[in-house]
Amino acid sequence: MAVTDTSPAAAGSARRRQTLVTGWLLLALSLFVAFVFALPVEGNASFRLAFPGDAFTVSNLVVPAAPYAWVVAAVLAFFGVRQFLPGAARWSGLLLGIGLLLVVTAFLTWATAGKSFSLTGMLQATIVRAVPIALGGLAGVLSERVAVVNIAIEGMLLAGAFTGAVVGSLLGGPGGLIAAVLVGGAFGLLLAALVVTYRVDQIIAGVAINLLVLGLTSYVSSQVLTQYRSLNNAPVFKAINIPYLSDLPVIGPVLFQHNIFVYGALIMVAIATYYLFYTASGLRARAVGEHPEAADTLGINVYRLRYINVTLGGMAAGFGGAWFTLGSVGRFDENMTNGRGFIGLAAMIFGRWHPVGALMAALVFGFADSLQQKLAILRTPIPAEFLAMAPYIATIVLVAGLVGRARMPAADGKPYIKE
Amino acid sequence: MEVELRGITKRFGELVANSSVDLKIRSGEVLGLLGENGAGKSTMMNILSGLYRPDEGEILIDGKPVSFRGPGDGIAAGIGMVHQHFMLVPVFTVAENVVLGVEPTGPLDYLDLAKARQQVRAINDEYGLQVDPDALVEDLPVGIQQRVEILKVLFRSAEVLIFDEPTAVLTPQEVTEFFKIVRSLKAAGKALVFITHKLHEIHEVADRISVLRAGKIVGEGVPRQTSDQELAEMMVGRPVTFQVDKADFSPGETLLDVRNLTVLREDDSVDVDNVSFSIRSGEIVGIAGVQGNGQTALEDALTGLRRVASGVVTFAGRDVTNVSARELHKMGFAHVPEDRQRSGMIADFTIAENMVLNTYYAPPFSRGIVMDWKTVNETSARNAAAFDVRTQSIFDHAGNLSGGNQQKMIVARELSHDTKILIASQPTRGLDVGSIEYIHKRIVAARDEGDAVLIISSELDEILALSDRILVMFKGRIVAEFGAGTRPASKNEIGLAMAGAAA
Amino acid sequence: MSEARNPDTVSAQLLRRAAPARADFEDLVIVPVLAVIAALALGALIMLATGVSLPTIGRSFAALFIGSVGSLNAVSETLTSAAPLTLAGLGIALGFRAGLFNIGAEGQVIVGGLAAAIVGFSFSGLPAAIHLPLALAAGALVGALWAAIAGWLRASTGAHEVITTIMLNLIAVKLLDYMLRMPWVQREGRADPISKSVLPSAELPRLFDWIDPTLRVHAGIAVVLLAVLFVWWLLFRSTVGFEFRAAGLNPDAARYAGMRSGLIIVLVMALAGALAGLAGANQLLGVLGRASPNFSGGVGFDAIAVALLGRSHPVGVLLAGLLFGALQAGGRQMQVSAGVSLDLIAIIQALIIIFIAAPILMRAVFSFAFHKPTGR
Repeated sequence: MAVTDTSPAAAGSARRRQTLVTGWLLLALSLFVAFVFALPVEGNASFRLAFPGDAFTVSNLVVPAAPYAWVVAAVLAFFGVRQFLPGAARWSGLLLGIGLLLVVTAFLTWATAGKSFSLTGMLQATIVRAVPIALGGLAGVLSERVAVVNIAIEGMLLAGAFTGAVVGSLLGGPGGLIAAVLVGGAFGLLLAALVVTYRVDQIIAGVAINLLVLGLTSYVSSQVLTQYRSLNNAPVFKAINIPYLSDLPVIGPVLFQHNIFVYGALIMVAIATYYLFYTASGLRARAVGEHPEAADTLGINVYRLRYINVTLGGMAAGFGGAWFTLGSVGRFDENMTNGRGFIGLAAMIFGRWHPVGALMAALVFGFADSLQQKLAILRTPIPAEFLAMAPYIATIVLVAGLVGRARMPAADGKPYIKE
Repeated sequence: MEVELRGITKRFGELVANSSVDLKIRSGEVLGLLGENGAGKSTMMNILSGLYRPDEGEILIDGKPVSFRGPGDGIAAGIGMVHQHFMLVPVFTVAENVVLGVEPTGPLDYLDLAKARQQVRAINDEYGLQVDPDALVEDLPVGIQQRVEILKVLFRSAEVLIFDEPTAVLTPQEVTEFFKIVRSLKAAGKALVFITHKLHEIHEVADRISVLRAGKIVGEGVPRQTSDQELAEMMVGRPVTFQVDKADFSPGETLLDVRNLTVLREDDSVDVDNVSFSIRSGEIVGIAGVQGNGQTALEDALTGLRRVASGVVTFAGRDVTNVSARELHKMGFAHVPEDRQRSGMIADFTIAENMVLNTYYAPPFSRGIVMDWKTVNETSARNAAAFDVRTQSIFDHAGNLSGGNQQKMIVARELSHDTKILIASQPTRGLDVGSIEYIHKRIVAARDEGDAVLIISSELDEILALSDRILVMFKGRIVAEFGAGTRPASKNEIGLAMAGAAA
Repeated sequence: MSEARNPDTVSAQLLRRAAPARADFEDLVIVPVLAVIAALALGALIMLATGVSLPTIGRSFAALFIGSVGSLNAVSETLTSAAPLTLAGLGIALGFRAGLFNIGAEGQVIVGGLAAAIVGFSFSGLPAAIHLPLALAAGALVGALWAAIAGWLRASTGAHEVITTIMLNLIAVKLLDYMLRMPWVQREGRADPISKSVLPSAELPRLFDWIDPTLRVHAGIAVVLLAVLFVWWLLFRSTVGFEFRAAGLNPDAARYAGMRSGLIIVLVMALAGALAGLAGANQLLGVLGRASPNFSGGVGFDAIAVALLGRSHPVGVLLAGLLFGALQAGGRQMQVSAGVSLDLIAIIQALIIIFIAAPILMRAVFSFAFHKPTGR
């Protein structure tokens, strides 16, 4: 990949510029909230927090729309002004994050004014939607930590979805899940082989695998599955209610009434974090990603570590892909992942190449995704397509460093050739 | 412990890097391995440490032949290499770097960093190294980073330590500290190999000297008895003079005037600190100093590649502060950059294309936006011939040239247009002696023709041989001036100034 | 020093061009040819694995051949399919030469095509000599702007263009969906997302419908040829191309040489986007006549394969575009007469990318075709 070319001295003022941009952004948001969410609005927003049939009933959260918006506008203005005072740089990222969160709450309150809206439902949907993104992001983290750029996450997810559906139809849910993980791993292995042994450019290899998986799954789907429909009819994993915890008000349904994919994703993130940052193997893997030559001179097998980590990432992606079919609708449709793998890539960057960070970022994206759906129900004046664009625009804004530059593993993207 | 290399031969395609090399290394002894760049020293040591496999010959440890299949085997046998370019992961701590590959672990592969820290402190105490195990490597000064490399090999119980050009990046002060550590390692019974091309250091620290030339051991020397002259002759194969013929010093008017120049880094810390000096036509000013004291920033600022935070640069009466590189070039600036592979040329371009790299945009090489390849090719061929660039054809890729020829190509490009000032940084780094002599000749020729010349080099010998006046940079400032009427240049005093101990 | 060398004779010697090395020929010709053969072979194996009988496989390959070059109609289909692939491929190749990965060609095709369609149906009463170039220019311009966003971000903030162009692709799809619902875009009386039809004055006329009205090949072919010439001249005969190639091979050296890398990045992306936008316009004005969701059909991604197969050289891209056009035309025939899904072609194309980008793999598998490299 070509090297970025901002001249060193100019970048010195980049942080100052960043803080100023944040300041203007916050002030603009404050005005926006005041004029759009506060002034013209009347009524109260009623957020439903309970489902019918809950163990405990919780009454709705009623928020007076206009006053709340005024409060948010005031807080934003305060944050914004703070950016222009000395010493702002340290907190500007955090304040911007909080500010955006407040804008979202004000938006929700405004959209729900005079109506009622299931907040718990949306939070639950957030977690569910975040699963494939988090697992895709995890796959990216595992791969990029050993300095292999993984554009093929989309393909691996799609492969997992397909395999889950077909094998699931034949062998049942657990069989399909295991097969999906193995197939995801196989494509991870392919990526590793292409990149490490055959020195294919990492981005090209990723694009090629995406196209290959898309072609293979679409071909088999139209050639075989349309004829043999029984091969495309997999059972869907049911939700598992964790005893006692799932009866808690609000938190219960949101966190403890999910199927195996959510719990599996959380466990995988935990294991990956322990592996990367608390084990010797993880230290070696990260060394390979930062300075492969140093690792090589110490007798560490750079090639083998890259193979292992990229394959593991593929397995995580296979699991995440199975969610589309075995965790959701039970049948495979062509190109059903529809860009989710790329959002996983964005989540990885947002999460600063850390498994937990990717999970947090995935939750944000999942929130945006479920928000977009619910808002269509609320019939807001903003077209659904623009809401759907929000995560993509957010990724661009992040990657452009407007809200802080993330530091990728130093050797990311470069092939390592032993002399 | 005794390590012996017997009849070692290593080929890379048609190039014979090592040819029938015999060498003995003994405990409690420092062997100095002398040779110019490209002589095969690094190859030999890479074979010894297990990175390369020899084509012929064998390695014997205490009389028994061993075969290494990878760097792990060399380490396991007790041979540790301290590389010239540090093999450290910048974002890891010292302790993490030291234990990488041989980590202390607990159950479930848990990385026991507490134990690692403890072990690092133990070695610190034993050899007087004083390195903080929790410091991030990227925050450490170069001299301390080198100690981390030493820690690494000691941690792996190395009995043989090989140092590849260890003093290349150290201040004279740090070099003295380094020699102390070498002596303490020797006293502890380690066998040490010291690879260098710096003659004076060999005398200081080695017990025996072997000279390598073109892949063969061509001679032995006795430290402090064999003269530099003899050693250099063995290194190069013919009589060598260290003098460069210069015409008498008769400078003209001031061409470049730098006043209060300050250049800042990304994090707003000071790289070049309020520097002032001037260069006259027909004068060579040399900037001495250990790399990393602001020379690169100064070079970039003076050639339009980096922003000047404050101060004024005047050229022939015109204010050129923060003028672009292209404008400076049009005014007669020639720039031979420090990192020729990175900035000075494009390896995948042909020699012809490289020859017009910074002149392609104007006549005679182009009209409007149309390139005139005929003129480009003819001019490039003439330049390559005139500047002794050894190649088959100007349509060869520049990356296929040797280092010396690449540099000659760059010098050809820069000096073949009407220059008034030449700024050359590390102009002969990594080159064979023939190319070094040629480039020195060309630099002096430019000066004799009336150019103002600025040389930046960390090779003190080069500065002393070429310069009419010498400025010493330390921590971004000019801390001393020598020569041409101010103060006669003495290596000792210059060395002190380079270390910050200016009188 | 060494013996005296007469500079004039030396200089004359240096002007001799070395004969093209065997290694270059291998890289430029043998590897691509083998990649295509290997991909077709694997395609046959995949057919076998999904239960397609051997005779049907035979019929498929026959259909591929007949459908691409076996009749006047087939050649017309090949050219029609090749046109957008070549145009977009030229854009991507230009990017590669300058060291930039334009994965965003698909999005640029979409916005360019949409713009061309809108211009195409919005101005009635214009003569074709004005309307058609205007519509084409609109496609190129909007494509250029869309790509320039990523270019500008890369130049000013260092944001990697792979991520930004992928995101812009996804945004473009949503933008298309939105625009197709707009009353001034959507066709009257229809509830489904389909745009108004392009007026005849803005259409790329069919070239050979006087021979046979079903021949679809259109004047876009001329646009393609002009584009190939333009890109060749730009890269190898102009100072601008010199800068592109320098920046692509070594951006540090380009900066040292006084080239303004920020400007170069934006310019390259804009030109690449213009070519991709032209590809979209080509499809709208010459083939489809109206915009609908997913009208681009993945041409932006296939064009990546075309650029790689063509080694990022304009002539190579033209040849590769023709090959891929043949594969698509033949694939359609294959679907009709042998009943094998068109998606097989997508698989073959992906395999071609992999094999092209892994010369080492090709050398290992087909070692009989290559000289042994000298070395350790």
